[in-house]
Amino acid sequence: MNAPIRRLSFVVALLFASLLVSTTMIQFVFAKELNARPDNRRTLLSSYARERGQILVGDTAIAKSVPANNQYKWLRTYPGGAAYAHVTGYYSFYGAGGGLEQAENGLLSGSSDKLAFRRVSDLFTGRKTVGASLELTINAKVQQAAIEALDGRRGAAVAVNPTTGEILAMVSNPSYNPAPLAGHDLGKVDTAYKALNGNENKPLVNRAIGGDLYPPGSTFKIVTAAAALESGRFQPDSELPGPAELDLPQTTVGLPNIGNRACGPDDKTTFLHAMEISCNSAFGHLGLELGADALRDQAAKFGVGDQLSIPMRVTPSSVPAELNQPQLAQSAVGQYDVRVTPLQVAMFSAGVANRGTVMKPHLVKSVLSSDLSIIERAEPEELSQAVSPEVAAQLTEMMEAVVENGSGEPAQIDGVRVAGKTGTAETDRVQRAHAWFTGFAPANDPQIAVAVVVENGGDPDSEARGGGAVGGPIAKAMIEAGLQK
Amino acid sequence: MTTVSAVSSRKGRNVELGLLVFAVAIVALAYINVGVAVEGAIPPSLVAIGIGFVGITAAFHVTMRLRAPYADPLILPIATLLNGLGLVMIHRLDLANGRDLGESMALRQLMWSAIAAGIAIAVLIILRDHRILRRYTYLAGAFGFALLLLPLVPGLGVENYGSRIWIAIGPFSFQPGEVAKIVLAVFFAGYLVQTRDALSVAGRKILGLTLPRARDLGPILVAWMLSVGVLVLEKDLGSSLLFFGLFVAMLYVATERTSWVAIGLLLFGIGAWVANLLFSHVQRRVLLWLDTFSREALDTSDQLARGLMGMASGGMLGTGLGRGRPQETYFAESDFIIPSFGEEIGLVGVFALLLLYVLLIERGLRTAIGARDGFGKLLASGLAFSVALQCFVVVGGVTRVIPLTGLTMPFLSQGGSSLLANWTLVALLLRISDHARRPVPDPEAPNPVANEQTQVVKLR
Repeated sequence: MNAPIRRLSFVVALLFASLLVSTTMIQFVFAKELNARPDNRRTLLSSYARERGQILVGDTAIAKSVPANNQYKWLRTYPGGAAYAHVTGYYSFYGAGGGLEQAENGLLSGSSDKLAFRRVSDLFTGRKTVGASLELTINAKVQQAAIEALDGRRGAAVAVNPTTGEILAMVSNPSYNPAPLAGHDLGKVDTAYKALNGNENKPLVNRAIGGDLYPPGSTFKIVTAAAALESGRFQPDSELPGPAELDLPQTTVGLPNIGNRACGPDDKTTFLHAMEISCNSAFGHLGLELGADALRDQAAKFGVGDQLSIPMRVTPSSVPAELNQPQLAQSAVGQYDVRVTPLQVAMFSAGVANRGTVMKPHLVKSVLSSDLSIIERAEPEELSQAVSPEVAAQLTEMMEAVVENGSGEPAQIDGVRVAGKTGTAETDRVQRAHAWFTGFAPANDPQIAVAVVVENGGDPDSEARGGGAVGGPIAKAMIEAGLQK
Repeated sequence: MTTVSAVSSRKGRNVELGLLVFAVAIVALAYINVGVAVEGAIPPSLVAIGIGFVGITAAFHVTMRLRAPYADPLILPIATLLNGLGLVMIHRLDLANGRDLGESMALRQLMWSAIAAGIAIAVLIILRDHRILRRYTYLAGAFGFALLLLPLVPGLGVENYGSRIWIAIGPFSFQPGEVAKIVLAVFFAGYLVQTRDALSVAGRKILGLTLPRARDLGPILVAWMLSVGVLVLEKDLGSSLLFFGLFVAMLYVATERTSWVAIGLLLFGIGAWVANLLFSHVQRRVLLWLDTFSREALDTSDQLARGLMGMASGGMLGTGLGRGRPQETYFAESDFIIPSFGEEIGLVGVFALLLLYVLLIERGLRTAIGARDGFGKLLASGLAFSVALQCFVVVGGVTRVIPLTGLTMPFLSQGGSSLLANWTLVALLLRISDHARRPVPDPEAPNPVANEQTQVVKLR
């Protein structure tokens, strides 16, 4: 009977070998994946037990952890409150949500691979591992100015430094207070979350970089103009047709100007004047002349369609892949199915401002360890070359003219050359159009580029009364704040 | 000849003592580790628990010296170490769940360890020769099947967490299946030793496999039906697999015919497949096994998922004893004690635990090979294999090798019946081992009668 007993021991070896494999799979191969599961309470509890890094604007913490006298050890607080809610996001029992809390959870919690070396040294020195802090690119003055100027209206405002891509302000209205979501009372957290999530105005959505996106309206004419100038076939003084309504091929519907007025005598206008007064018929004509591919390519060069993370994921803006002639003309003026984020619109202006080079937008200036030494510092990175420096200069002149003597007059600032473009984006016939303004300043030495959208704030009969009058002053306030020393 | 007798006469009791000291030291260190990690100080209960644990171990060792001096010196230390580590983990979970001394599971486990070791010592003292058990083959059979089916008796059996494998008498509840395992191994060994000749008669040959005669299929079919009965009526996949696997393995050892294994696997496959078609509780287990993290499975039970996440959080080296969160998993001290260890002592620690089991089983099989009688060989290999199978069912269940079933990890898991059964199992193995390693009286040794000169009687 000895032979089968020996073989039986072989079976035992096989059985245990399978157990060695299965435990290895769980504890080694798939451990990371399992630990990262959102429903993993151990990961959540251990992240609560560790001091989370701060989120800093200048020297001020807009999110920080304070010791708590309960099993969770630390309570996350938000001194920045609703003003920075879309920047910070929140840190709750359901995990980190929205904003940097989610996007940089690894760094803030201290579990990121970038901090591996630090963790090992903590192990040997007996120091408690704490999360890394994030110092932001946000300029508190610009952020505050944007919030005050928006004055509670639904919409978003973004400001970037055109030469570095640093995001100087990011506001999305309505906002929310992250504190109740970060509490330690599960019931209250639940109630707060349900109320916010169920709110029809969607306060949890960061409209500046996500949500349903907006039609860009006439701000998209920057892209169309860029494509036209890049083609070499048009100059700012080129003559364009500017009837009250552009006849569109293949359809009986035309492309009307806002207010239904012709853009010049004899239904003719110049490229420059068309830009100043945001003439739809002239830009529709340009779109048809240039073709869908040229328009789409130009948009792509400004970053439309890119997967950006700032480090939050930015919903890619888009120009439809298939466009017939009437749709092309409408797209050239930022209507039809063109969809953008306010950040993308700010990048239109920033690209023009920075001699045609679009910088990669980012929100984190540096990653700091608990003793505030710098672990990592963000370097300016080029995203793309949208237009040549010459075309950028021409566009700058045209956008300056918009503010100087066109629809963008409300954004004028004494002693500062402001370049800009207004927009009135129609959503449907019932709702009022969205009011847009984007621009940068000073035009001769750009330091700040902005984009503002006020939902349903536009006036369908007047670009100046819509995007200019509503968006202009907000942009002006932000630029003024940004240029303050 | 001289070398052989020299090896077999080595008793190994001093080796055993050394290893026992080592095992107790590891357990004490682990206990202190938990105390320091959780409460920041060496736990004052160390002395009381330590004295209890050392007392049990010492009593067992002394018994070994007196009653089983030739037994394998590894078996007792391994069982002691596993039992002790189980105690530490249960104590650690007591602390995590805020159970005070009155409701302490560790204290109860220690008490059960003492009782179980006491019974094992009694077995070693009373049972001077394992072959005596052969006399009670059919009694053991009847008793074993009765134990197995006891939970089905109305008023006695209790259904807990979907399985009907408990009986309750007054305040005591008991899993008779644990004891049935041993009693049935005795029965199978006795029965197969008698019938092995008939069962190994060759029948027809198909596909290079010599099949047994159809008329000899009776016993395996009865065993199969019983195990299917356990699966269906008691809803206990683990016990069902354990008993049938045990029977087939012993049948194989007895007859040396691979065809029995093939038939057994085929029968088990059919049984499992049909059960999965017909019974919702089996389907649920299969769903939880294959698709642990699906919404549907998590709504049924997230126990397995929590166990897996616990093991994952331990990673390679573990969080350290007392520093993890094993209490996040239900049944962290019984069915899921391996994930609890995985979380706190890491993959390395789990490997070490599994290797301890392998070593224990290997010593059991070695005993079987050394045994001088067929009954002893069968019984030892059956007992050793039952431990292997049980470990596989438990650890395989929590690590998704097979569907999860409710069995306990021998020695580690919290539970009185499990400890009783496994310590008795160890006592039987030690008894057989003692017999196997005891030196045979040397036939060439001077024998007064043999040395007598043959008397030549003249008849004429």
